[in-house]
Amino acid sequence: MVAQFVRLKLTLMGNTFRRSVWQTIGFLVGALYGLFVVGMLVVGMVVLGTDDPVLAGSIMILVGSLAVLGWWVIPLFAFGVDATLDPQRFVLFGIPQRRLLAGLAVAGVVSIPGIVTALAALGVSFAWWRTPLAVLAALVGAVLAVALCVVGSRATTTALAPLLESRRYREVVTIAAFVPLVLVGPAFAWVGSQLGGGPVDGDAVRGMVTRLAEIAAWTPFGAPWGLGAAVHDGAWGLALVRLVVTLVTLAVAWVVWDKALARALVTPPTAGAGGRAKGLGFFSRFPATPTGAVAARTATYWLRDPRYSGSIAVVPLIPVVLLVVGGGAGSEIFLALAPFTAWILGFSISADIAYDHTAFALHVSTGVSGRADRWGRALPVLVAGGLVSLVFAVVSVAVAGRWDTLPALLGLTVGTLLVATGVSSATSARLLYPVAKPGDSPFKQPQGAAMATFVAQSVAMLLVLALSIPFLVPGLVAILADLPAVGWVTLVVGAAVGVVVLILGVRWGARAYDRRAPELLQKVMSAA
Amino acid sequence: MVDPTPVPPVAPAGAPVPAPDLAPGTVPGPLPGTQPGPTPPDPAAALSLRGLWKRFGEKIAVAGIDLDVPAGSFYGLVGPNGAGKTTTLSMATGLLRPDAGSAHVHGTDLWADPAAGKRQLGVLPDGVRLFDRLTGAQLVTYAGLLRGMDRDTVAERTGELLAALDLAKDANTFVVDYSAGMTKKIALATALIHAPRTLVLDEPFEAVDPVSAANIRDILAGYVASGGTVVVSSHVMDLVQRMCDHVAVVAGGHVLAAGTVDAVRGDQSLEDRFVDLVGGRQSTEGLAWLRSS
Repeated sequence: MVAQFVRLKLTLMGNTFRRSVWQTIGFLVGALYGLFVVGMLVVGMVVLGTDDPVLAGSIMILVGSLAVLGWWVIPLFAFGVDATLDPQRFVLFGIPQRRLLAGLAVAGVVSIPGIVTALAALGVSFAWWRTPLAVLAALVGAVLAVALCVVGSRATTTALAPLLESRRYREVVTIAAFVPLVLVGPAFAWVGSQLGGGPVDGDAVRGMVTRLAEIAAWTPFGAPWGLGAAVHDGAWGLALVRLVVTLVTLAVAWVVWDKALARALVTPPTAGAGGRAKGLGFFSRFPATPTGAVAARTATYWLRDPRYSGSIAVVPLIPVVLLVVGGGAGSEIFLALAPFTAWILGFSISADIAYDHTAFALHVSTGVSGRADRWGRALPVLVAGGLVSLVFAVVSVAVAGRWDTLPALLGLTVGTLLVATGVSSATSARLLYPVAKPGDSPFKQPQGAAMATFVAQSVAMLLVLALSIPFLVPGLVAILADLPAVGWVTLVVGAAVGVVVLILGVRWGARAYDRRAPELLQKVMSAA
Repeated sequence: MVDPTPVPPVAPAGAPVPAPDLAPGTVPGPLPGTQPGPTPPDPAAALSLRGLWKRFGEKIAVAGIDLDVPAGSFYGLVGPNGAGKTTTLSMATGLLRPDAGSAHVHGTDLWADPAAGKRQLGVLPDGVRLFDRLTGAQLVTYAGLLRGMDRDTVAERTGELLAALDLAKDANTFVVDYSAGMTKKIALATALIHAPRTLVLDEPFEAVDPVSAANIRDILAGYVASGGTVVVSSHVMDLVQRMCDHVAVVAGGHVLAAGTVDAVRGDQSLEDRFVDLVGGRQSTEGLAWLRSS
């Protein structure tokens, strides 16, 4: 049974290659990247282990704990990321639960993250190569850790599946998940600043890492990773305790999974109660024209589709991030708030048709003109994004106490918003790349899409940058060199260049749309 | 298969249709279905397809389809799975650009002037999503406004359509929370809102409950009686035989037979005639182990 599951998983993986060359390339790039990271990790740990085994052990425990934690928690946010072996699909085969569980557990390792985790866990065990017994213990620990990753992640997802089935809950969780993601960077910056400015005190860091690792090794997440270290230190009692913690956790996770699966197999997913809205919303407030209708639909989606509202949820966090990164309100970095926000928002419609997915067929079959389609998608961003970034501009100037930079900043903001929106309007009618489908988690990147996404986004970003140079240069000069007069120039040039790029971008995009709407539809359909 | 408006008595398989057993690899050029010289598109027909041809990679989905849908007819398009029905209808409605051939809608060349052609068409595509974060009422309104209709007409018709399709109480529910049948019905409403001259519906009755299906049939019959044209694709022969006055049998990307339902089926039922045309019936001698006694 286990062999059959593994074979099924491998066949499924193999079949993705047949679908397109890009997916194969994406997979290979991903695999090579994973192998590279694992290789570096193993080499680094072995070198460190030779030099400073205590520190190596501590780092192993800390990083390992994070890995296990990630396995347990990330699937809750990025639901449906790997549903290839969804237990629901085996319901009708009447496989004995015990065998099903074993098969799913082993097959869970057969995936890119699983293989990478397993290779890394086994590889870093050789950091103890000077004490063979420790290597042995570490290898046992590695196997247990990988088992803990897979079984634990199955346990959490299966146990919480009833919650995750509710669309409302999924959407809330998804949007909420953006918050910690955005704050990871500033958190590191904060930790850095806490460790003291000036030259980093090596001993202090080392001390902190070892202390943290000692705590982590008592938790179920860190215990298996501490086996090697304990044996290396000759602390047999400690090793035994860590082994027990690991085994107990594994057993508990297994039982939870077993129970949850037994329940899940007899309670098929239900859609739950449907959401309701009152009246026609934006449709009764926007002009009754095709352009107005597209704008109303776009605005509705910005509020209701987590793939869009996720980016709205990020906007209020941008000032926080910039404050922390800039190290206070007085820094010039904080002044970048408004242009940066404008850039993000203007860019956000660059994959609009891909986000529509095959619903785009309605635009094609009704024969909406490219003009209406393009302006309808651009206008809500321009109005709402314009308001937000203008408020941000005034606030950042007030907080920084640099009222002299206001004209320059407004020029940069307006220019960036208009240019980014114009470029997005043009490129999104031309460069389609696969994105998360409607109803999927925004974190779910379609397999093998990395390359196409990278190319399309790089082209668009370079275009925005190139077209922004006329107001970017005077803007930076005005702010950094304290030349308010140049600031007024920035404002005029920014507005002028922005309007021209926006109009040309939309017009070009509309022409491309009118010529190629059926082809665009085929492209989103083939990505289905 | 050309179908001049005074309906011809019989149009079974054969005649100017390309040989159905033509191996896909041996097809010489993109327009093999035109040996006797192409018949010009019929300007009086609601839908006039000539030499439609589409290949996806190595698979030829549609290999030269000629079809005339007379104005005012209730036309059924039947065929086995993978026959090219959806591909044909997509090319006939402006959703998929044909590799070769033409589609005329009431005399307008759809692919030369898509805007004019699409104005006369109401389309229910199969296998596409809807803008499902909108409520039912919003979605129908959206379709109406996209067609350039004014607000009051859209509001009035949206209400009437939702009532006729038994969706009035779910007007404010998000389409994402609709059942499969409700989704089909709301998609149908988006195709009807602008009162098109011709309706092209791909599998309109799939997953729709019997009561709603009967309501939809009534709506469509009334629409045809008032001079509209309906093209439906379906697997359900019985339904087509009862509902449609014309039928075309499509298999392997070719038209095997086309004409009035009575002419195509002769004295057989449409289902038997279909099986004769398409072939592929297995003798029931195999699977002996499946017999329980």
